[in-house]
Amino acid sequence: MLVEVDSLDQVAAVRAAVLAAADRGDLTGLVELVPAARTVLVSVQPGTNGLTRLRELLADADLTHPPRPARHEVRIPVRYDGPDLQLAAETAGLSVTELVELHSGAEYAVAFTGFAPGFGYLVGLPEPLVQARLDRPRTAVPAGSVGIAGEFTGVYPRSSPGGWRLLGRTELALFDAHREPPALLVPGDTVRFEVVR
Amino acid sequence: MRAVTVLATGPQALVQDLGRPGHAHLGVPPSGALDGPALRLANRLVGNAESAAGVEVLLGGLRLRADCSCTVAVTGPAVPVTVNGRARDSHAPVPLADGDVLELGVPDGGLRAYLAVGGGIDVPAELGSRSTDVLSGIGPAPLRAGAELPLGEPVTLPGGADELGPRPVPDELRLPVLLGPRDDWFTDPAAQLAAGSWEVSPDSNRIGLRLAGSVLARAAAFEGVELPSEPVVTGALQVPADGRPVVFLADHPTTGGYPVIGVVPTAALPALAQARPGTRVSLFAQYSDS
Repeated sequence: MLVEVDSLDQVAAVRAAVLAAADRGDLTGLVELVPAARTVLVSVQPGTNGLTRLRELLADADLTHPPRPARHEVRIPVRYDGPDLQLAAETAGLSVTELVELHSGAEYAVAFTGFAPGFGYLVGLPEPLVQARLDRPRTAVPAGSVGIAGEFTGVYPRSSPGGWRLLGRTELALFDAHREPPALLVPGDTVRFEVVR
Repeated sequence: MRAVTVLATGPQALVQDLGRPGHAHLGVPPSGALDGPALRLANRLVGNAESAAGVEVLLGGLRLRADCSCTVAVTGPAVPVTVNGRARDSHAPVPLADGDVLELGVPDGGLRAYLAVGGGIDVPAELGSRSTDVLSGIGPAPLRAGAELPLGEPVTLPGGADELGPRPVPDELRLPVLLGPRDDWFTDPAAQLAAGSWEVSPDSNRIGLRLAGSVLARAAAFEGVELPSEPVVTGALQVPADGRPVVFLADHPTTGGYPVIGVVPTAALPALAQARPGTRVSLFAQYSDS
């Protein structure tokens, strides 16, 4: 079932309501719970009455006051030496130093993942940093690159093509299938970037 | 150590089990054998759990040597199987002695044969599965000549008497489509699906089956509209900007930014694993009662 809502806050509320129901045994057979920008995919095992139960749950859910789950905070050390630092500062009308302070001073939340394993779309970007993608995407963005695009900031888990404006790099491994948990960033996590000089 | 050694592969040979569903929120595709029933049958024939890892062989050409005595079975479309050059049955348990060489020929129809070995292919699992995911690179590397594949311990004796022979591979597929979630983005979606005709494009792979042919037109209100990326499921019929649909298969990206007009039900997907480029495809809207 694809649940469509009006905002990222409501996405978080739907996700929290489904997780809470599964945790207290009120929804069995949950296979996938995938938040995105305005939608949440909930898939359940065939043969359970999960879809009926889900409809009941969502009809009763209060989406205006998302429950605050226990928050897991992730700190990501970043060397701010990205190729688009100057461009982003000019667009924002700031000096590079001010831009770095702004980006590393804010608190972000992982709204959802996608694009590649471990790629988290982080929200909470200060307004001056809400900027367009590059006109021409790069064919290869190095792993660990920290970028901004639209209302999101994020870190490329591995080398891939990409159109985000790149501010810096981290040495942290965002995704490692042999690690438990494999992904550094999970929807709902809080994220802060720390300046490495 | 019980093992088999790969001597040659055809166009592609991958370790596959039933995949790693449950990780889509991390951006990880489900992966797993495209023709799940074929892998399950092969496993039953050699006495494995249905979920054991085997080899998915695209268009034959796999040759391997047993480095211990073991039982194998080959399923999927009808495919020539030889041991030390002598013909053996597909869809039946075949005992191999230490040193025997097994070879799979090219199927007359269909694309993917499945090889199970008693004990299962015991490479390390990643995120609970041994499947190779060609989109994100999770799981073992595609097989190459020289690769030694460790085997697990056999759990029961080979089954032997499974009644399922090779399924015929049709040269035309008629695929049901459960409309939604974005069928409202298209003018009269059910009629457009029924009127269109397609064939499987050679660009198809484990990520998606691309359909060449009729263009699905968006409703006027949605022309040029961008969809915020949303989660997609296996079987989703996504319609990119050019209007030519793609059916997402096991290694599909977990989110997509183009509207999904409908979803091909799970039961219809194994046939897609065997659909060669050029196979004619028709689509019809099916309404679910749930």
